[in-house]
Amino acid sequence: MTMTDATRTDRSARMNGQPLLEIRDLEMKFPISRGLFRSPTDFVHAVDGINFQIAPGESLGLVGESGCGKSTTGRMLVKLMEPTGGSIVFRDGDYERDVAKLHGSQVKEFRRRAQMIFQDPYESMNPRRTIFDTVSEPMAVQKIGTVPERERRVLELLRLVGLTPPENFLFRYPHELSGGQRQRIAVARALVMNPSFVVADEPTSMLDVSIRISIMELMTKLARELGVSYLYITHDLAVARYMCDRIAVMYLGKIVEMGPTEEILARPQHPYTKALLSAVPVPDPSIRRTPVEIKGGISKAINPPPECRFIERCPFAAEECRTSPHPPLEERGDRHLVACYRVDEINRELEAKQRELDAQAV
Amino acid sequence: MTISVEDLATRQVDPTKPLLEVDRLVMRYKIKAGEVSAVEDVSFTVHQGEAVGLVGESGCGKTSVALSLLRLLPSNAEYVSGEIRLNGEDLLFLSNEEMRQRRWKEISMVFQGAMNSWNPVYRVGDQIRETLDTHYRGVMNYDDQRTHMEKLFSAVGLPPSMLDRYPHEYSGGMRQRAVIAMALACSPQLIIADEPTTALDVIVQDQILKELKRIQQDLGMSIIYISHDIAVIAEVTDSLGVMYAGKLVEYGPTASVFARPRHPYAYLLLRSTPSISGPRRQLAPLEGEPPDLLDPPTGCRFHPRCPFATDQCVHDEPPLEEIGGGHRVACWHHDQVPELEGALQR
Amino acid sequence: MTIDSNKQAAEADLGVAVGGVTPADVQGGDLMKVPMWKIRWRLFKRSAGQTWGMFSENRMGVFGLALILLFAVMAIIHPILMSTIWDPRVYDPVNGYDAVVTEYTVVEGEPTDPTSEIALTEAKLRLNPTIKAGETVSIPTQPAPPSMDGEYAHLLGTDARGRDILSQLLYSTRAAFFLGAVAALTTVLIATTVGAIAAYFGGWIDGSLMRFADLILLMPLLPVLILLSAMLEITMVTLGVMIGVLSGFGGVAIVLKSQALSVKVKSYIDAAKVAGGSDWHVIFRHIVPNVLPLSFLFMMFGVTEAIAIEATLSFFGLLNVPMTWGIMINNAQTNGYLLSGTSYWWLLFPAGLAVSFLCFAFFLVGRGMDEVINPRLRAR
Repeated sequence: MTMTDATRTDRSARMNGQPLLEIRDLEMKFPISRGLFRSPTDFVHAVDGINFQIAPGESLGLVGESGCGKSTTGRMLVKLMEPTGGSIVFRDGDYERDVAKLHGSQVKEFRRRAQMIFQDPYESMNPRRTIFDTVSEPMAVQKIGTVPERERRVLELLRLVGLTPPENFLFRYPHELSGGQRQRIAVARALVMNPSFVVADEPTSMLDVSIRISIMELMTKLARELGVSYLYITHDLAVARYMCDRIAVMYLGKIVEMGPTEEILARPQHPYTKALLSAVPVPDPSIRRTPVEIKGGISKAINPPPECRFIERCPFAAEECRTSPHPPLEERGDRHLVACYRVDEINRELEAKQRELDAQAV
Repeated sequence: MTISVEDLATRQVDPTKPLLEVDRLVMRYKIKAGEVSAVEDVSFTVHQGEAVGLVGESGCGKTSVALSLLRLLPSNAEYVSGEIRLNGEDLLFLSNEEMRQRRWKEISMVFQGAMNSWNPVYRVGDQIRETLDTHYRGVMNYDDQRTHMEKLFSAVGLPPSMLDRYPHEYSGGMRQRAVIAMALACSPQLIIADEPTTALDVIVQDQILKELKRIQQDLGMSIIYISHDIAVIAEVTDSLGVMYAGKLVEYGPTASVFARPRHPYAYLLLRSTPSISGPRRQLAPLEGEPPDLLDPPTGCRFHPRCPFATDQCVHDEPPLEEIGGGHRVACWHHDQVPELEGALQR
Repeated sequence: MTIDSNKQAAEADLGVAVGGVTPADVQGGDLMKVPMWKIRWRLFKRSAGQTWGMFSENRMGVFGLALILLFAVMAIIHPILMSTIWDPRVYDPVNGYDAVVTEYTVVEGEPTDPTSEIALTEAKLRLNPTIKAGETVSIPTQPAPPSMDGEYAHLLGTDARGRDILSQLLYSTRAAFFLGAVAALTTVLIATTVGAIAAYFGGWIDGSLMRFADLILLMPLLPVLILLSAMLEITMVTLGVMIGVLSGFGGVAIVLKSQALSVKVKSYIDAAKVAGGSDWHVIFRHIVPNVLPLSFLFMMFGVTEAIAIEATLSFFGLLNVPMTWGIMINNAQTNGYLLSGTSYWWLLFPAGLAVSFLCFAFFLVGRGMDEVINPRLRAR
């Protein structure tokens, strides 16, 4: 099992245009229990019917603030949580399954193809196990290879993630390594069984700024070389820009906007995306951002009403938003999808405001 | 001491007058294994009404500097040398009691993670009242305190009715605003904000930063922002200092430092920060790890990771020198540091 | 600890030039020159060394350990003495007998020195009616005070049946260690497993296990054991197991479960699941090893508890064992010597102090370990 360029082209060839992952109406509703014998009537809609696809070799960024459901989505894709509804169709060569419906030993098989990189480099490794144990654990539990073969594979991966000479790291304990090194090992562990899909849950948010880049570059490079697709979960739009081909913006369990990264960043259409982008600080004091304020209302996560989830905070909410259900994702040019009824009106309003400001400035 | 409870004190600020002068501060921690050189020869000045930033990665000493200013260091910390002058008075020479008088009234602090340190079993108003009791005992009665707290809450954008609620009824952003209100309770001249928005979502962070800027301007306060996030520092500060391994390696007006960073570390830091606007710049990683402060490198502390390092850097520590326009750098080869290619533009 | 010093330490311990494995070794058949078990052994030695380093900084813990070693020596020395310099007929702790006799001189009237003289009237009454004043008589004295005289030395005296106290003391040490070990191991085995399973699965499994633990907590341990001993014949092994089961399902399980809970929410547990680990793999390879340090701590306190319980039960004469410290105290009491103050101190104090000190020793070790396990307690 060595990694070569053949792996990547081999993978793409097997795909013939089909998406690697197709998520339909994915749902996660947590019941709020009421009493011992009555079935619950209140639910937290953590993930409320989302749809998206990931192509082989593609990196999709799932972006949003805390509580939007991005982490829950990621965990459902690797079966750390069971969805309460919807389907996750996973196509990897001739392996095609609905992940949401897998049970028992089928799950174990699935785990060879989809892996996860966790956020906390300090907590994601058992402190009592050596690096070798940690990285070879997937192989050990799946009963792949003999011990010497596993050693060889772990060394290969350590070299791949830039920990050289790898023999020095093999029998270290996590507490002897720095955060950046540990995160590299997390990457190694995720890739040890040559998966075709990896969920990365904020892998750099707990690292120092200067270390983040090296980890991000490592992940990008390996994605290219090995043809691995990522679901990259982050709250940091700047990082998402760097790492992702496409971005999906989530709000309160729904995807409100999705499209190619540069397109979303340059021409956000949904008012939430606009507000989000205008709030991100930019490391250049000479740039003045045009503010897009949102109201301080509270959006209900428990038993949300059927209309647009963003209504309480949207500065552009109108009558039609109140009387219609939550808007569906609609395409507005070049794979750019937006879930909003008033996209054109909002753009007109903002343009008018901008012209006013420019006129005043003169 | 007469306190005006009518309004939170607003002052006239003279931006040329220094409020706080940190002068060659050296502070070390004593641990079993030896001495940790946490703050080494740090000097900077905060003027009246100015917003100063201290930026650096974990372990660089920025929080240690902040705690030193308030003399809130743990018992194994030792002030080795240097002065901290507030309005000309050296804080390090005051007795504990005298320092207690100044603490919170002249300088206060928003601690890192303070939003999570509200006592969950007491109402927020009662906890702030505790602060007022400590500092204004006998001067403010119960009703005065209530009026004062309501003014504080309005100043930070919180409805006064929230004073009667418990911390768990607040959102994250609201808790941070309440912490800021508490820091403002005695109308200090200087507030130190240590990672004030790190745990908050982007939109809330933006609101809090705007709020802080408004408060600072309205009340004529100075602020020291401490953060590892350069983007935040860029937004809110007038001047900034970059710290590395306990040393201040670059200091100057924010615009100037960002336009042309002169210290290799500052330069590399900026080059390793992704941004949502501007061209997709080629980001460069910083190799290596920050040094162990028990046994820091000789000469310039950055030399093991510096692409411009020479023998001189290994043996001689560069002093913080002025290179024009209030911009100071501690590097022997600062003139070799290139321009940031593709300066960000919209 | 810097990375470089670690590297040197690792190389020294692994006994292999860690950086010196050549590509030829790697691509060939056997990977490392050193087999895996040897590497694991060296890693274990290294971490044991580090743990010892931290432990030895704590004076209480080291003192406790020294005390335990002293008792261990006592336990080991007994069979050696019995097979070499001690005559088993005299020194056997259960069946030995030494008639320690004291010589008394018969005197007219009241004796001036009761330890060496006896009144004529008493001698005639008790011993020999034909006795005359001036003669010396030998009267066996049990229990005999400590002395080195006579044919056989009794450093701690004898008990009411002529058995050597010191021998009894040393013999019982073995029993105490044995009991402590069985009880503590059983407690920890059960409590760790129960705690880990309850924490991992949650739901009704957790609920029922914890309710059961509550039930056990409610039961007063000593009265229950007294009741059981009335119904069954209890030997050291059965006592150890009983104590272990009753403690293991009770309070210790609750504490270890909460520790297991704090382990369960760490992301390495998620990582293990994502890798394909089964529930049992996660429980026994990840949760239990991280709960074990705390379990070990409770093991120390478990020994203390077991020894004290045994002493109490023996004192009440409820155990079916030949000789333990508790039985020594029981002997003293049943023969009426307990309330005689300090006149017969050697019957009570050696055994009592032995129980106290061994319990104290294990407690100190437990306290010392607490600092190792809980990093926040360590001095900076």
